[in-house]
Amino acid sequence: MSAVPTVSADAGPAVVSKARGRARRRGAPPGGGGVAFPTLFMLGFLVYFVMPLLWLFVASTKSLDDLFSSFGLWFADFSLVDNISDTLTKDDSVYVTWFRNTLMYSVISAVGAALLAAAAGYGFAKFEFKGKNLLFWFVLGSIMVPTTALAIPTYLMFSELGFTNNPLSIILPSLVSPFGIYLMRIYAEAAVPDDLIEAARIDGAGEFHIFRKIAFRLLGPGFVTVLLFTFVSTWNNYFLPLVMLSEPRWYPLTVGLAQWNNQATAGGGATAAFTTVITGSLLSVVPLIIVFVFLQRYWQSGLSAGSIKG
Amino acid sequence: MTQATATAAARPARVPGGRRRRPGSRHSLTGFLFTLPFMALFLAMFIAPLVYALYLSLFREQLVGGNTFVGFDNYSEGLKDEQFIDGIQRIALFMVVQVPVMLFLALVFALILDAGTVLFARLFRVGFFVPYAVPTVIAALMWGFLYGKDFGPFADVADWLNVPPPNFLGEDLMLWSIANVVTWTYTGYNMIILYAALRAIPAELYEAAAVDGAGPVRTAIHIKLPLLRPALLLCSIFSVIGSFQLFAEPQIFYDIAPDVIGKAYTPNLYVYNLAFADQRLNYAAALSFLLGFVVFVVSYAVMYSSRRQEARR
Repeated sequence: MSAVPTVSADAGPAVVSKARGRARRRGAPPGGGGVAFPTLFMLGFLVYFVMPLLWLFVASTKSLDDLFSSFGLWFADFSLVDNISDTLTKDDSVYVTWFRNTLMYSVISAVGAALLAAAAGYGFAKFEFKGKNLLFWFVLGSIMVPTTALAIPTYLMFSELGFTNNPLSIILPSLVSPFGIYLMRIYAEAAVPDDLIEAARIDGAGEFHIFRKIAFRLLGPGFVTVLLFTFVSTWNNYFLPLVMLSEPRWYPLTVGLAQWNNQATAGGGATAAFTTVITGSLLSVVPLIIVFVFLQRYWQSGLSAGSIKG
Repeated sequence: MTQATATAAARPARVPGGRRRRPGSRHSLTGFLFTLPFMALFLAMFIAPLVYALYLSLFREQLVGGNTFVGFDNYSEGLKDEQFIDGIQRIALFMVVQVPVMLFLALVFALILDAGTVLFARLFRVGFFVPYAVPTVIAALMWGFLYGKDFGPFADVADWLNVPPPNFLGEDLMLWSIANVVTWTYTGYNMIILYAALRAIPAELYEAAAVDGAGPVRTAIHIKLPLLRPALLLCSIFSVIGSFQLFAEPQIFYDIAPDVIGKAYTPNLYVYNLAFADQRLNYAAALSFLLGFVVFVVSYAVMYSSRRQEARR
């Protein structure tokens, strides 16, 4: 954990990159030929990474007939609006329910996990207590446990307790983010000065008050990073809700869309179900892509924290 | 949260020269209380299920006598279970091909972005990473359509060229079609991790190399790569763990190609089918642990071999 500074200044990567970019440009050998090849190389791969999403968008604008008869990567008659309304109204608007469920699971899990991680990370970073290191390494070691390997045991335990098929069976396991604890610990170590805590104590502030009023503000960017990653992992989670939930009214989008796809495939090419699967998929990825594009700073700093672990 | 214990009385006295000491090192309870809500949930949602599953894995539901203690019988059955072993071997093959390809690509992209000799760097950074925001299920659905013979663009192109469309979801190509979905989803994610690690390298190191007359490629190989080791190790371990978790892609492709995927294409799919289709919960629990053990051993081997290489330098 020697590289704490990269995390400490949240704007760190950006600032460093600017400074270094300037230094490098000065020292870099002139010659425009050096730019063309790497740029073309990267453009080639950009096509690979963006093409499927482009296809998804194009396919969402097509009627079922055009889906089969026209070229996949170009538009035919524009029926996106029809497709969206088909998707939203199919099966008594169950898609809207799935969307609401996904949003609910993701928001509650993200806020909860980030709060728990902030408190625990602060506790680990700024206090000494018996067994602290043991506990911390125990939590850290659990990052190695595959989440799907944990899902079946969790299901077995919940079903023994009669606790499956409800929102809490998705939310409670999602609140535990060992990586979040790790991230908040190194973040708190760097972002909350010891002197500040000391000064607040001398002023007679209680420990919880210090955390809530002083430390928590300084932990803001780390908090948002954990929030973002938990939000995304809950939004994208498939295995846990698949095993836990048995009624469509509790499904998140991932499980619901997989089920629609299953029905569409079973029904053969003749049903209209494919357009709703495709349009539903598009609608489910758009919010996340927007979140990622607008919160770049946070996921980049989160991943840079990850990179120094080891 | 129980903040009441954090009393002013516990305020540490200022000791001369004691400034460097962590504040609060005396009141050990306060720090623990901050971690308590998380630790309680960790215990309930992480440790307890594992302990319970471990307990279950030692029993067997039998027609005569009901639930009986069988010791490690489920485990020894698992070690002889051909479907399980086949799945693990398939994943092992997947892993030794897909992980190096993906990490090599991610590394090249990160080095190119870091070298600053590319236009539209920001576009590439975001564009390559965007697939990570796509849920695995959706990625699998999407690629399933793209691979398809009915309306995938590959089939369109093959049709146009008058050649038979490639059977991406057939016996021969299935594993690599799945590998492509995983590569598509996670290359950008690994790229960002490596790129961030590159950004953390102090600029002075490059200046020294430039003074010595090292070009960009030599700088990359001799200075950047050794410093990227910890980040690469992290990416490798996460990718290995990810490989053994493979589930959504084969499960989605099962709908399209049930004969190729079957019930046990990956160990995870097998465990899932055992637990839910066959109701063999005890056996499924035992296989979960065997799988976890394999993941642990492989991750440890990756870490160990990395340490040894480091030591050899």
